[in-house]
Amino acid sequence: MKHTLSVLVENKPGVLARVAGLFSRRGFNIDSLSVGVTDRPEVSIMTVVVDVEEHSLEQVRKQLNKLVNVIKISDLPSENSVRRELALIKVKADSRTRAEIIEIVNIFRAKVVDVGKGTLSVEVTGSKDKLAGLEDLLKPYGVVELVRTGTVALPRG
Amino acid sequence: MKKTGAQALMECLEREGVEVIFGIPGGVMLPIYDAIMDSNIRHILTRHEQGAAHAADGYARATGKVGVCMATSGPGACNLVTGIATANMDSVPMVAITGQVSTHVIGTDAFQEADTTGVTQPVVKHSYLLKDPNEIPHVVREAFLIASTGRPGVVLIDIPVDVSRGEFDFRYPEEIKLPGYKPTTKGHAKQAKQAADLMLKSERPVIYAGGGVVISDASRELRELVGLLGFPVTTTLLGKGVFPETDKLSLGMLGMHGTSYANYVMMKTDLIIAVGARFDDRITGDIHTFAPHARVIHIDIDPAEIGKNVKPDVPIVGDARTILKDLIKILKPRVEKKEGANIKAWVKQVAEWKKEFPLVVPGGSLKPQFVVEEIYRATKGKAVIVTDVGQHQMWAAQFYKSTLPRFFLSSGGLGTMGYGFPAGIGAKVGKPKEKVIVIAGDGSIQMNIQELATAVQNRIPVIIALMDNGYLGMVRQWQELFYKRRYSNTDLGRGMSPDFVKLAEAYGAKGMRVTERKDVDSALQEAFKEKDVPVLIDFIVEQEENVFPMVAPGASLDDMIGG
Repeated sequence: MKHTLSVLVENKPGVLARVAGLFSRRGFNIDSLSVGVTDRPEVSIMTVVVDVEEHSLEQVRKQLNKLVNVIKISDLPSENSVRRELALIKVKADSRTRAEIIEIVNIFRAKVVDVGKGTLSVEVTGSKDKLAGLEDLLKPYGVVELVRTGTVALPRG
Repeated sequence: MKKTGAQALMECLEREGVEVIFGIPGGVMLPIYDAIMDSNIRHILTRHEQGAAHAADGYARATGKVGVCMATSGPGACNLVTGIATANMDSVPMVAITGQVSTHVIGTDAFQEADTTGVTQPVVKHSYLLKDPNEIPHVVREAFLIASTGRPGVVLIDIPVDVSRGEFDFRYPEEIKLPGYKPTTKGHAKQAKQAADLMLKSERPVIYAGGGVVISDASRELRELVGLLGFPVTTTLLGKGVFPETDKLSLGMLGMHGTSYANYVMMKTDLIIAVGARFDDRITGDIHTFAPHARVIHIDIDPAEIGKNVKPDVPIVGDARTILKDLIKILKPRVEKKEGANIKAWVKQVAEWKKEFPLVVPGGSLKPQFVVEEIYRATKGKAVIVTDVGQHQMWAAQFYKSTLPRFFLSSGGLGTMGYGFPAGIGAKVGKPKEKVIVIAGDGSIQMNIQELATAVQNRIPVIIALMDNGYLGMVRQWQELFYKRRYSNTDLGRGMSPDFVKLAEAYGAKGMRVTERKDVDSALQEAFKEKDVPVLIDFIVEQEENVFPMVAPGASLDDMIGG
């Protein structure tokens, strides 16, 4: 089962390695992890998406709590949180396909952020499903490169 | 006031009350070792960094104070790792200080560079890599606080040479900020009340006490609780001494090589009161068949231990001593009002098991169990016993009846061969007035034998009782029982090992050899007279003696070989 953990940490060197180490030593694969500063520069938030059983998650949460630089951990269930991810997709585009691609991009409320000789680069924000949907539609044109930020999340309300 | 980083470090260590540091200098440690010369802190030069870490660990376990060890960058730091992992696994408060290459060359594979905070990261409670001498005062304060509070552990401070050499305006920090570090010490009142209810309802209770009782200094409270309720008590290896093993309610140690009666009690009890213990696999045997009738009260300061192996009915997170005090307060008036189930039949049953399945010293030739029992008799149970790891460790645990906390030191969690002797040196430094006896094997002693030089140079009169059987005995025992007696690489070659008596003498220590039962006591008495140098007594014991009872790995706790 996938879980999204929001981990509030002190912005100190080595924190990322310590947090990641707790997952890796138990053999858990991290689906995605994103780190950024908050409104307070001395504090960062890590959003970790991990696929583990409930019991193992409980142990990971407790172990994370023991890390000196970890201030707070919240489990963000999908029904009670807002989640977003950003992807940049570079897709092949020539004079014949360019208009079609831009139309798809518009439907997804995505943006064209760069135009090259034979390519378009698209920026899209949204849920994992939305990103996957756009990717599926762009694939037939030929996706050259794709990069995703991983999920960031906030509790609702 | 202007100070170098190294001078500031020494001042901060003095302010933390550090009396002794165990360590070895090296290139990037030169500024710090120079500052040590102007400090009041004693430094003991070991012969291997692993010895320094174990000595700091032994000192910490024997005294309850924070142990401090030091090593240089690269190989020095790497050599500390086993000692750090050993201490951290057993929740020993320790601060390890390592030198690091200069900040501007970190990460370039400079001479004697290793990523020390990286290498040690999974085996420490916390660590710091300093970048600026200004960090030293608050980092040292934080390190000692983190190492010694909550569930204690090891904190490592890695100090680049330019940081220890650099000058800065030294100011001692009045306060420190650790927003993510708030260990729970006070137990939940409602949980304590629930626990008390269960305790008064139980007809077959048992107290299972571990190292946490030692750490929180809760031995007196534990004894008071037992005095109030009359419950039988079993302890883990690290809990030895928190309750007198001479008491009729003591079941000794439980688990893989525990007493039969302790294990029977666990399988029949209806209530386990676990205090500062973590249901390790060496304790529970097969976790699925463990204690089938028991409800569980689990008292531990580390929330991550609650429900990790056994799901408790009543968890209480907090300091063992505080919680035991709370329990006594709740229980005392209720017991005085004659509340509580009748446990007489249970206590009688326990006494019968004790009578029926005692630990017995086998007759015949010189047996290691006999030697341990003689040590117990000769010291009247009052010596600090430090063990290495292996068969002799289990015999020491079984036959040396501990009555005081911090008087039986052993590497439990990590099971580190080579721990005993250097830890014994540390224990003797911490408790100079007590007899310190290291019970070791001929395999494990050779893993840190070089520390004889440390003990001789510093006049630390530790006694080493060497159970010399010519084998890596515990592994040999497993090969005998589970691998059809195929003794792959466990034979140390009787007659081909070094002559331990001459070896001791070569180091300037005293060496003796005992081959017969009748000479054990006189050898010990002679060793006790030595006040200046360490004494090694080479007991040539039965080669293929086994540690029984034994619960085979993965077997149910009441399924004991030789039980």
